[in-house]
Amino acid sequence: MEINSIALITLLRKETTRFFRIWPQTLLPPVITITLYFILFGKLVGSQIQAINGHSYMQFIAPGLIMMSIITNAYGNVVASFFSLRFQKSIEELLIAPLSNWVILLGFTFGGILRGLTVGCLVSIIALFFTHLKIQHFFIFFISLFFTSAFFSLAGFTNALFAKKFDDISIIPSFILTPLIYLGGVFYSLAQLPVFWQTFSKFNPLLYMINTFRYSIIGISDINVLMALILIVTGTVLLFLINLYLLNKGVGLKS
Amino acid sequence: MKNALAIKHLYKTYSNGVHALHDINFSVETGDFFGLLGPNGAGKSTTIGIITSLVSKTSGDIKIMGYDLQKQPRKTKRCIGLVPQEFNFNIFETTNQILINQAGYYGIPYKLAEKKARYYLERMDLWEQRDRAPRVLSGGMKRRLMIARALIHEPQLLILDEPTAGVDVELRHTLWDFLEEINHNGTTIILTTHYLEEAESLCKNIAIINRGKIIEHLPKAKLLNQLKQETFVLYLKNPLHSPLLGSPFQFETTDPHTLDVTIKNETNLNEIFQYLSEHQILVSSMKNKKNRLEELFLNLTGTNDGN
Ligand SMILES: Nc1ncnc2c1ncn2[C@@H]1O[C@H](COP(=O)(O)OP(=O)(O)OP(=O)(O)O)[C@@H](O)[C@H]1O
Ligand SMILES: [Mg+2]
Repeated sequence: MEINSIALITLLRKETTRFFRIWPQTLLPPVITITLYFILFGKLVGSQIQAINGHSYMQFIAPGLIMMSIITNAYGNVVASFFSLRFQKSIEELLIAPLSNWVILLGFTFGGILRGLTVGCLVSIIALFFTHLKIQHFFIFFISLFFTSAFFSLAGFTNALFAKKFDDISIIPSFILTPLIYLGGVFYSLAQLPVFWQTFSKFNPLLYMINTFRYSIIGISDINVLMALILIVTGTVLLFLINLYLLNKGVGLKS
Repeated sequence: MKNALAIKHLYKTYSNGVHALHDINFSVETGDFFGLLGPNGAGKSTTIGIITSLVSKTSGDIKIMGYDLQKQPRKTKRCIGLVPQEFNFNIFETTNQILINQAGYYGIPYKLAEKKARYYLERMDLWEQRDRAPRVLSGGMKRRLMIARALIHEPQLLILDEPTAGVDVELRHTLWDFLEEINHNGTTIILTTHYLEEAESLCKNIAIINRGKIIEHLPKAKLLNQLKQETFVLYLKNPLHSPLLGSPFQFETTDPHTLDVTIKNETNLNEIFQYLSEHQILVSSMKNKKNRLEELFLNLTGTNDGN
């Protein structure tokens, strides 16, 4: 319907304006972090590490680091933006208006995806100063990029719906998301781990996302890529439906 | 005439167990200027919250412009413009962006939204403030911005929750004129207020809510008629030294220069002045002791100290 499409465009414009306006908080930090990673791990430490499946250590970690920036930024964008609207009550501007709940959800999700991809582009450019990367499987590359960033945007949305104070929006990113990313095979191949930890890692969803993305670029993976893709897409759809259900019920929004 | 709003058997119990609304029933005709009055905590904002989809009801039926709030929420939302009691701006957006975005949520395309935003910013004397964020605006400017935002999609029903709280006298009168004008042009208005003078001068129909119940719902004129007596304060030209004994009227002297007289509604004021003239008492001016609506309000809500 007419209202929904214009409302969606409005939301997207509002969300992108927001993260571009506050670029020193949103776009600059990941660029600095990733540069440090490349210098420290890629160049200094990486030069001591032997090649993994014929790829230099720098080349091996680059896709994981890019994906790490995309994930944290997609999540961070939605959780911060949506929670601050709830906190200031300006979310009421949306709740009284005749747009559907799925439009609200899509608007914020796409906002998160766009921030993730913008940061992804920036850090990829940095990566290209240190190593060379060439996409090997375009289709998998785009599917993995889109759905992984969508998944974490949606996860950020759920976090923002339940958060009561500003602490609540940093607890999950620092205590759950970051450890899962580090343990998701950004810096090592699963084969380098003892068997127990290999099995343990298989319960970490981040492992599948990072490996799928790495596969699409350098063509190596620790896991079955097709299964991983199905998992990522299903998870995203499920999370979308859960959020929509919460929105329809008014959880965290209506008293 | 068609109803702009019809509420039937509305109940609301908050999750903390507060029974905010208890069987609310009332309706507002299209074109009306309707006042919802009540003391703090009576349930005014709760009622408005439910009408505007910000608060979920416990039970009851609500129709807005003939549409059922529960079954056709998007249709009802299109009809309503809301000026909430508390400021709820996104403090990082400029006033102009706030209006353009709000227009967008109602399906107004960008170019048109820009024009409308300009029109309402100018109308509310805020055009100079267009690039400033709400946090640097004064309280009165923020109120006007909320009104502009509520009107951006030209709603048929405008709901204002205490729009003149913290607004100076001059601006209050400007806003009154403005609201009367848009009501005259066909917008139905529902307003809550603590300034009874405001309701008395603006509203055509009034409902009084207390402890989650509607205790009175009448045209303003009829409501005022309910007042059985009124007290006037007379300012005397010359001091009065002895009390007026044996008069047929209920006089009371607070100081030698002022005389209070409480009269029944059917009493003719001329009779009082005739009596005073006979006793060589000259009145230089007079006023109502209390705003009439205020008096009635205090009687009805049982908060009057009883005079
Ligand atoms: N979110 C909430 N959770 C729990 N109780 C609430 C909530 N909002 C309001 N109440 C309670 O519901 C009752 C009605 O409140 P409401 O805000 O509707 O009153 P009001 O008539 O608007 O008062 P005021 O003139 O002070 O604005 C009060 O007892 C209030 O404490
Ligand atoms: Mg209130």
